[in-house]
Amino acid sequence: MNAVGAPVRKQGPARHGTIHDRSVAGRHAWNLPELDVPDAVIPSEHARAGRPGLPEVGEVDLVRHYTALSQRNYGLDTGLYPLGSCTMKYNPKVAESVAGLPGFQRVHPLQPDDTVQGVLEVLWRLERALCEITGMSRATLQPPAGACGEMTGLLLMRAFHEDHGGGRRRVIIPDSAHGTNPASVRLAGFDAVPVRSDARGLVDAGALAKLMDEDVAGLMLTNPNTLGLFEEEIEEIASTVHGAGGLLYYDGANLNAILGRCRPGDMGFDIVHINTHKTFATPHGGGGPGAGPVGVTEELVPYLPSPTVERAEDGTFSFRPGDARSIGRMHGFHGNVGILVRAYSYVFLHGADGLKAVSELAALNANYLARLIQDDFPLAHPDMRPMHEFVATAKRLRDETGIRAMDVAKRVIDLGFHPSTVYFPLVVEEAMMVEPTETESKETLEDFAESLRRAAREAREDPDLLHEAPTTTPVRRLDEARAARMLKLRW
Amino acid sequence: MLATLGLSSLDELFDQIPRGVRLDRALDLPAGVSELEIVDDLRSKARRDRHADDLVCFAGAGAYDHYVPSVVWALAGRSEFSTAYTPYQPELSQGVLQALFEFQSMICELTGLEVSNASLYDGATALVEAVNMARRGDRRRVLVSAGVDPRFVETLRTYGRGPGYEPEIFEAEGGRGGAPDVGDDVAAVIVQHPNVLGILEPASDLFEAAHAGGAKAIQVFDPLSLGVLAPPGELGADIAVGEGQSLGNHLAFGGPYLGLMAARMEDVRRMPGRIVGETVDVAGETGYVLTLQAREQHIRREKATSNICTNQTLMAIAATVYLAWLGPDGLAEVGRRCAAKAAYAADRLSDVPGVSLLHPEAPFFKEFALRLPRPAAEIVDALVERGYLGGVPLSSAGEDVLLVAVTERRTREEIDGLASAMKEVLA
Repeated sequence: MNAVGAPVRKQGPARHGTIHDRSVAGRHAWNLPELDVPDAVIPSEHARAGRPGLPEVGEVDLVRHYTALSQRNYGLDTGLYPLGSCTMKYNPKVAESVAGLPGFQRVHPLQPDDTVQGVLEVLWRLERALCEITGMSRATLQPPAGACGEMTGLLLMRAFHEDHGGGRRRVIIPDSAHGTNPASVRLAGFDAVPVRSDARGLVDAGALAKLMDEDVAGLMLTNPNTLGLFEEEIEEIASTVHGAGGLLYYDGANLNAILGRCRPGDMGFDIVHINTHKTFATPHGGGGPGAGPVGVTEELVPYLPSPTVERAEDGTFSFRPGDARSIGRMHGFHGNVGILVRAYSYVFLHGADGLKAVSELAALNANYLARLIQDDFPLAHPDMRPMHEFVATAKRLRDETGIRAMDVAKRVIDLGFHPSTVYFPLVVEEAMMVEPTETESKETLEDFAESLRRAAREAREDPDLLHEAPTTTPVRRLDEARAARMLKLRW
Repeated sequence: MLATLGLSSLDELFDQIPRGVRLDRALDLPAGVSELEIVDDLRSKARRDRHADDLVCFAGAGAYDHYVPSVVWALAGRSEFSTAYTPYQPELSQGVLQALFEFQSMICELTGLEVSNASLYDGATALVEAVNMARRGDRRRVLVSAGVDPRFVETLRTYGRGPGYEPEIFEAEGGRGGAPDVGDDVAAVIVQHPNVLGILEPASDLFEAAHAGGAKAIQVFDPLSLGVLAPPGELGADIAVGEGQSLGNHLAFGGPYLGLMAARMEDVRRMPGRIVGETVDVAGETGYVLTLQAREQHIRREKATSNICTNQTLMAIAATVYLAWLGPDGLAEVGRRCAAKAAYAADRLSDVPGVSLLHPEAPFFKEFALRLPRPAAEIVDALVERGYLGGVPLSSAGEDVLLVAVTERRTREEIDGLASAMKEVLA
């Protein structure tokens, strides 16, 4: 089999160190017009004495350096990127072009409302579309990422309880949850209480009922959950939580699995965050920017961050400050608007029918891929049908050969693909969490499956291939322990 | 594919969703459209916005119309960067990782501090993270100079509802912060320099007061000022945070921008967010990885230093390219031009009858506040009609206060034009 995906290869451009190593005194790329006003005098007590050690390079050096760096990097445009829970689907290029229109890209955040009617309308329409998709009443677009959406939702939960008797200190999260959930819970001033998953991989409803009391502010849940399984008892779970006065928080990491099929609001959730870079294909930028809008039910609307975008009867749009119950402000301005414009283009490009097709094809691709590799990497929870992603396990392979999920992942790199997520969720041994997304073709899925099956064969026949992998990449396995022990965090 | 799965319809893939929660109708959204139609839709909306290419932009207050050179997005926009995920597989992510290592290095060089992370969401949330770093033990109080951007303070107040602190403002004197009383329950003293009015603060005196009381000194800084102004590390700041938009990032109606943070090495294990470190591979080749991950949410869960996962990596790559384009001399030149043009604009505008500088004696960098004879919002509207985005009304300082920002992009002609327009409007 030929390597299909990755031109990120050792044979790529030579490494020339950092941009600082390319620096030659006196060389520069910058150019600016002649100063056309009297020169400035910086008061001596405020003036900088030395020069910062920035690189001195010409424009062509700069271009070659960062072009070479980009060629040492794998992106979604390079090939399949099946990181489970990350939803790395193809990012339509049209989203980039529209976000670059001067009417969006060159607008100052504090212009008078009547000069920004276009972008306000985009935000207003996007908010309504997100509410329809999730079954919520209103949403804030301020949070710049999913984790910030969680923080927003938890602060809303806190403000709501303070107005309704207060004193609730605990938030329940499943043991399979993302690490951001417990971290956000603590930052919002609550204690995180884990609830275990049962043998099926679902929240143990009995264990949850025992944990629920007057001290519980709410439950944070991803559905389908982090194992890619739909929480079938969601109605009972919702009634247990609501019955004890708690609120239900929906972590939108997996919203792409249910678009147009069911809605968090109809399942009983009160607060929902959405990761636009997952569900609505806004590119992830090598780690960001994202956007994390948060939708809420009617009773939580007064607590939303301020300001909100409103439409008057005459059709004009404006920012309106929230009332005294608003939790305040989650971002310096209005959130990652450039990303929200991209999300708008994705939502309205797809429309009602297209969004439903997204969840259908995502589930079809995930189930098909799971089937192709099941003999070597069985599902961790084989009794349940996965939705848009699945968690397989390399436990048997490890027991038979000593080869671990990480070794398989590294070998897959040599075979031309970005590997799946490994060792997450933490509750599954030798986890391989795979999310192919709806945008990959049958042929790509089959090639990827073959790379996994081949790695499994090699684990038995020639395990050194896996122990030593990757060997084709610009660098091989890196010494992470050394990085943490001998800290070198700058040139 | 369905046949392989033994299924006869796509619907069967969703059988596990209980009937009671299924959506038995189509989403109430328009049907999907072609790419051409979505482009037309968004073009027509974008056309309704005025923007910094059709209005001469003197608006600032945290977001600035600095020039973005062509190389910045030609490189940062390469899809190997823009369509990558967080670099969890370092062998396939050396490009992003090395660019972030260079970013961290440049932020350290700018700030005169020892360690930087790989970006936070924006300036306001970076300040929240700095306060989380500083609060420890019995030191819980947070003192904020009145010169700090009110949006930053509002953001701090919002996030403070979780851990349960309320930022305490210490009063400014004549637009410059006076020294606060720092007791042994104070975690941090926060100073913005240049402050929200553009004024150069006596930051080192305030930081000395912070240290005398055992508190952390936090400076909110403007990265483009650091070619001409003394760096936070030299002024005595322990943690420096700032809005990084001015480093090669577009105005974009407020985001995506990036939060900058630098600190001293002794605090590295309390820092939030991704940090890239240099190491070697099994063959001894230099490479880069995410490091000190034991601080982070995916390892430490509720004990993490922050909940941040996704940050603003692509904006940090743009900032890196921009700073490499500038180099040390370009950074100083941009700063000098901003300061010179702002000084010229302040002279011209304060000559307009009825207009005066709010703090005529205070030294400033690229922004200054004017007192107007009428409400600032009204004047801004009238200036828009004449082709100028004349500034940002600063209601926290009074409804007749206008904050004017002047970047290296503004020409003498544009500044003279704004002064004439202001004269007309007030006549």
